Amino acid sequence: MPLNLDPNIVDPDGFYDDLLAAHMGLSHAESDALNARLILILCNQIGDRDVIRAALRAAR
Amino acid sequence: MNAVFDTPLYPYAWHADQDTLARHRVVIVGAGPVGLTLAIDLALQGVAVVVLDDNDRVSTGSRAICFAKRTLEILDRLGVAAPLTAKGVQWNKGRVFFGEREVYDFTLLAEDGHKQPAFINLQQYYLEAALVARAHAVGVQIRGGNRVIGVVSHDDHVALTVDTPDGPYPLEADWLVACDGARSPLRDMLGLAFEGRVFEDNFLIADVKMAADFPTERWFWFAPPFEGAGRSALLHKQPDDVWRIDFQLGWDIDRTAELDPVRIRTRVDAMLSSQTGAVPAYDLEWTSIYTFQCRRMEKFRHGRVLFAGDAAHQVSPFGARGANSGIQDADNLAWKLVLVLDGGRDDLLDTYAAEREFAADENILHSTRATDFLTPKTSMSQIFRDAVLDLAASHAFARPLVNSGRLSVPCIYPGLADGLAGPGLTRPGAACVDVAVDQGFLVEQLHGFCMLAINCDAPEALREAGVVARRVDLPMTDAVRARYLGDASAAIYLLRPDQHIVGRWPAYDEDALRAAMRAAIGKNEDAIEP
Ligand SMILES: Cc1cc2nc3c(=O)[nH]c(=O)nc-3n(C[C@H](O)[C@H](O)[C@H](O)COP(=O)(O)OP(=O)(O)OC[C@H]3O[C@@H](n4cnc5c(N)ncnc54)[C@H](O)[C@@H]3O)c2cc1C
Repeated sequence: MPLNLDPNIVDPDGFYDDLLAAHMGLSHAESDALNARLILILCNQIGDRDVIRAALRAAR
Repeated sequence: MNAVFDTPLYPYAWHADQDTLARHRVVIVGAGPVGLTLAIDLALQGVAVVVLDDNDRVSTGSRAICFAKRTLEILDRLGVAAPLTAKGVQWNKGRVFFGEREVYDFTLLAEDGHKQPAFINLQQYYLEAALVARAHAVGVQIRGGNRVIGVVSHDDHVALTVDTPDGPYPLEADWLVACDGARSPLRDMLGLAFEGRVFEDNFLIADVKMAADFPTERWFWFAPPFEGAGRSALLHKQPDDVWRIDFQLGWDIDRTAELDPVRIRTRVDAMLSSQTGAVPAYDLEWTSIYTFQCRRMEKFRHGRVLFAGDAAHQVSPFGARGANSGIQDADNLAWKLVLVLDGGRDDLLDTYAAEREFAADENILHSTRATDFLTPKTSMSQIFRDAVLDLAASHAFARPLVNSGRLSVPCIYPGLADGLAGPGLTRPGAACVDVAVDQGFLVEQLHGFCMLAINCDAPEALREAGVVARRVDLPMTDAVRARYLGDASAAIYLLRPDQHIVGRWPAYDEDALRAAMRAAIGKNEDAIEP
């Protein structure tokens, strides 16, 4: 499966709200740590190393 | 200065009520967009209404400039939309900038089969002037120079004290509707709270008049690169060669210094020349600095006093939901008030309050999200916001996340059963979706309660508990299939007078339709009714 860079999230505003809410009340360092954990969890969900490599390139 | 907002349209005149105490069935306080819409709707249904306003003319400055399709459909039902859509500007190209960079542009393509455009840009004073003219034409009495200074709510009526240039007079109403704006003196006089969130931000608005040939596009900057432009900036076209320019200035500002025309011109020059390389000649028509809130009253009904529009709820301007949602309040309230005046149970008005409180929450949620995107509150939300904008330049997936205000769409009232499992956009609670029909458009066929019959037999009319639902046939077109049928081969829809869908079924089912009609008019417990 190739990396999907087209819109794929239902209710994007609601998703964005959830994302910010997860960070609410955290210090910057705590937020960084949350992001790192989140990335690892999502990468595991994807599993496919080619897709993860393509995502790393797109983000860089 | 613009003549429209300098002309008294309903100047103060002495009225016989000032000598002899009168009681009216409905008194509306406030001749803004919401009070006038409600007054026209009531008058068209045979209810004599009095509108009191402390002023005598339309509001100064453009204020609301973006009116959405649902609003235009409501105004069309009231006979006001045609001159507005003729005058209004329709744009479809938008550009989004992040600093120096154009991140992306978009073209809004109109969907076929709608009588009204997705939205128009039009100065609020034109809307108000059209509403005043229509109100006068249908017999609404607008009393200018009438300021309400006292209100007492009784079990069976409301007593007002109204101040005028000839002194105060008492006035009574069976029902009072407070459409007296965000500062609502009536709310204060009744000691009712208006709770919510104040955003620590100031916005500078400049309405600029340019005769120059400038593209009819919406430009929005995050982190604008021009000198002192603040955190975001917006350029938007209105009729009469007027452009709305907005600069988000932040919280700690010197208002007087920021309103200095020289300073405003520096910013505007930088903005206008950024894409075209030159500064066209322009005049500053109207400038103002405003702050904004998202808040609402806990209850929109207090006995015989109903609140509507900004008096009941206030939102930030992103997404243009203030006037648009207030006009939907009026649309929701008018037919219910008529039924109650005709002897119906007054708890029908509780459904007005519940439905519009729900809508206010949705509007507040949308405008709060837009505001949070524009003004990230923490360093991490700033990082995410900037990441979204960075990614939006090259990847389509990030673009739906960019939020500079979502267009106002009507809310879907909750709690109604769906007997069809058809398309989501027309599920019970939703406002009907227009389609082309043989003689024009669906929205033109709808008056009062209606049964929409698609490939299905139904009687010409169904009478239940004093109201009549007329049958309207929909042709079998692709749009009707997509918007009303989905996988079903036939359907019948029941619509309320405000064109919201009450229920839908795969075939005519008399018992189900009768029950749905009773529920919609608050006569569920018919057995205990006389
Ligand atoms: C800068 C700006 C931009 C905006 N942009 C948009 C937009 O693009 N789209 C949108 O939908 N909305 C927008 N809004 C919001 C919109 O202007 C309001 O939501 C709308 O005017 C509310 O209408 P209303 O009838 O409830 O109240 P108002 O228009 O405020 O009318 C209230 C009326 O009550 C009268 N009144 C008050 N007190 C008394 C009294 N004691 N006795 C008698 N009369 C009284 C006042 O004179 C006034 O005429 C904007 C607002 C601002 C400030």
